[in-house]
Amino acid sequence: MKYNVINTHVHNIDGIEKVTGRATYTFDVKIPGMLYGKILRSPHPHARIVNIDSSKAIELMGVKAVVTGKDTLGVKQGIWRRYSELCDEQILPLEKVRYIGEPVAAVAAVTEEIAEQALDLIEVDYEVLPAVYEPMEAIKKGAPEVHEGVERNINVTRHIEWGDVEEAFENSDYIREDWFKCSGQAHMCMETRCAVASYTPDGKLTVWTSTQSPYYIQGLLSGVLGLRESDIRVIAHYVGGGFGGKFELDAAQFCSSVLSMKLSKPVKIVFSREEDFIATKRRTPMFYYVRTGVKKDGTFMARETRVFTDGGAYTGMGATALYLTGFFHSFPYKWAGYRYDGFRVYTNTLPSTSMRGFGAPQGMFCSETQIDLIARDLGIDRVEIRRKNAHTPNYEVPGQATIASCGLTECLDKIEEWIKSRGKLPPNRGIGISSYGFMSGGIFNWFDSPYSFSSAVVTINYDGKVDLHVGCQEIGQGSNTTMAIICAEELGVRIEDIRVHSGDTAECPPDLGAWGSRQTLMAGNATKMAAADAKRQLLEFATAKIKPNIVYDLDIKDRWVHLVARPERGLDYFEVVKDALRGKGGQRIVGRGFYTPHRKGMISPAYSYGVQALEIEVDPETGKIKLVNCVTAHDCGQPINPLGLHGQLEGAISMAAGYGFLEDMPMEDGKIMNPNLVDYKIIRATEMPETEVFEIDTYEPEGPFGAKEAGEGLTNPTAAALGNALFDALGISVKQLPITPEKVLNALREKKLEDNK
Amino acid sequence: MEKHLLRITVNEQEYELYINPKSLLVEVIRDHLGFTGTKRGCESVSCGACTVMIDGMAVKSCSVLAMQVDGMNVTTSEGLEEKGQLHPIQKAFLDHGAYQCGFCTSGMLMSSKAFLDENPNPTTHEIREGIEGNLCRCTGYNSIVRALDAVAKGNYREDKA
Repeated sequence: MKYNVINTHVHNIDGIEKVTGRATYTFDVKIPGMLYGKILRSPHPHARIVNIDSSKAIELMGVKAVVTGKDTLGVKQGIWRRYSELCDEQILPLEKVRYIGEPVAAVAAVTEEIAEQALDLIEVDYEVLPAVYEPMEAIKKGAPEVHEGVERNINVTRHIEWGDVEEAFENSDYIREDWFKCSGQAHMCMETRCAVASYTPDGKLTVWTSTQSPYYIQGLLSGVLGLRESDIRVIAHYVGGGFGGKFELDAAQFCSSVLSMKLSKPVKIVFSREEDFIATKRRTPMFYYVRTGVKKDGTFMARETRVFTDGGAYTGMGATALYLTGFFHSFPYKWAGYRYDGFRVYTNTLPSTSMRGFGAPQGMFCSETQIDLIARDLGIDRVEIRRKNAHTPNYEVPGQATIASCGLTECLDKIEEWIKSRGKLPPNRGIGISSYGFMSGGIFNWFDSPYSFSSAVVTINYDGKVDLHVGCQEIGQGSNTTMAIICAEELGVRIEDIRVHSGDTAECPPDLGAWGSRQTLMAGNATKMAAADAKRQLLEFATAKIKPNIVYDLDIKDRWVHLVARPERGLDYFEVVKDALRGKGGQRIVGRGFYTPHRKGMISPAYSYGVQALEIEVDPETGKIKLVNCVTAHDCGQPINPLGLHGQLEGAISMAAGYGFLEDMPMEDGKIMNPNLVDYKIIRATEMPETEVFEIDTYEPEGPFGAKEAGEGLTNPTAAALGNALFDALGISVKQLPITPEKVLNALREKKLEDNK
Repeated sequence: MEKHLLRITVNEQEYELYINPKSLLVEVIRDHLGFTGTKRGCESVSCGACTVMIDGMAVKSCSVLAMQVDGMNVTTSEGLEEKGQLHPIQKAFLDHGAYQCGFCTSGMLMSSKAFLDENPNPTTHEIREGIEGNLCRCTGYNSIVRALDAVAKGNYREDKA
């Protein structure tokens, strides 16, 4: 299919603002009369709040208000609104604190410095309670109760099963069991959580905030503040990164709103980097037990997996992560029998939640590491064993998912070719591979939204310029550009004819937001439908004018309205717009589109696939790993924006490799030991490998122009590929993330002992 | 606290202002002068989001007191374009998609400018070293390296789309 805009070189439509310093983030918002807020945080992992005395703080010159849980409605909130037992977090708790860093009070003052001084003057009496920090401890009988009445601190359980698992094990020739431990990870968005809330005496609240979903924040604020949803306007024009950490209600949003409602003045709260590390949420740490049965020839038969996740103090998005890790742990392979049991366990630590990959990077690290071990044990080639069991087009995961497009086999072929092209590697070098796949948006509505998952409105002005209003959220992943491309292609105009409006609940239609890799497919379908609706209206007028034979179709391409069969016969787009607008009594042309997945299984309307190979060099003396090359064969259906796609791919590698060997959040007694960017290591420019991508084009029938997700799934393979590269280089397998030099050296020592036996 | 007089040139405009002598340069740039292109991402001089140029040198503006640069020339990302024309580095960033969320971009641009001024024909490894002090969570840096390589070689597309 030949496209005019899709899959061409397009600069991000908000690029000029970003490269000239003009883009205004919430961090930059300053409005007249604005006060500054700061949050007092618990120094204890678990304690009863006996009393809070803020009388001295309020007397400090410049302090305007101090609020505690008593100044709120005390609503226990959560993003799983359909399930009240999972709405377990009071952002300013009334009774007790459950992790170090939990907010207990908030101050508004004329400067940030005064607000900070005031925090020291607030006296909180705590009754310190016994605490528990590890899920395997918390699940024991008699462990401290993080939430009253929650037996064994089990917050959520998830069970996934298909096929006859026992029979499949009986029919296996070889069974392998392994334990894995996957660490947490900080989202570490460059822009920390921040909000400016402005409540006015007419009962309306405007909140500028750094979020992945303005609509969710609007709904959640409505619930905790007792305001009508539409009286809350959430604005997020520029967002300094999200990565799964910015679609739940956070303390910056909540506390600034409560303070603003008390004072009827705007209040700004910006988290420090330390607050962003210790008091937001994190990637969910997981303990994985995996038992896998295979045939001698490498055919996967049965898998039985039990997972215990460290939920931390509250549910957040953890319930979804617990499900998705279990499902994607099976991915992208066929199993005769599969059984997963997941247990999310409360502890007195920083809550865990979704982060780019949504549980899948953990599930795939364990699966792909074990597959390499099985291949070695059976003497089967690692690409071959994956090819033998790979998902194929139109495969149905029993009771779970219907796959339409799937280019996994082609991806494996491409990566096999690349590995061969590398020839014999120098000593201490290795290449690891990992397959992956991911959803293109979830079919879940635990938020209980009455709205379509995505909506779009296309408005054509007299001069032919198109205003596209979407609720999907630009967070740097390029969704505004993707929507502009889809709109321009469908309508038959150029990218510069489109102006995208997003990130404002007062202007844009509701949309679930930027998470779960949902925007290209879901908001893309809504945008395409809206553009098609507007185009149909233009073509009505063009048809009347051209008067073609009734059997002929009209279309628009590159601003030319024409007969499909005779493209040279047509009219200028701009003239058609002018005529059509006059014909509608002077009304602008308006097209509407919406999308909600129906009858697409339990999980997602479509799945991306791919295989990644990572070449590393490891120093056996120090255990240090250097990333050399990272090559990815990637099936995202029809690529929409190649520049953006490549950027997503490389960004995902940096984040996922960081998860594999650098990033960690070690704790002592519930206290994070590295809450700053000196001690928390993310990849720097010199540590990033060379990258290459092979696009495997497929056509996804459910996606706009055949497209599916292309940003989040790429976070899934890299940690596994890194571990498998180490296995290839030195024959050692590290089953705990991150794979630090210390763990490499320990594994080498163990191997030596083993070899000497 | 007694305020001190600061004379500073930012983006070729001279300013005189009375400030708390403990104010950091980044605070003066953002809060007093309103150049909010310069960002802050940490409190530990680690992320580079606040990088500006002081008399041609890339400096993290959270690491110096404003009074330390009294009488000096500061350039921020807002000062890169001239009369509405983007600087070649800005054009190359657009052409190579060398930014995503954009929050690190201003600092990254200033490190890049200072680096290329000093080393106009770098190897890609030198480019990586030149921007090593700037963290980016979105791009994985390679698009930035390609953009700077293109600036050095003069082969980036100037058209806007």
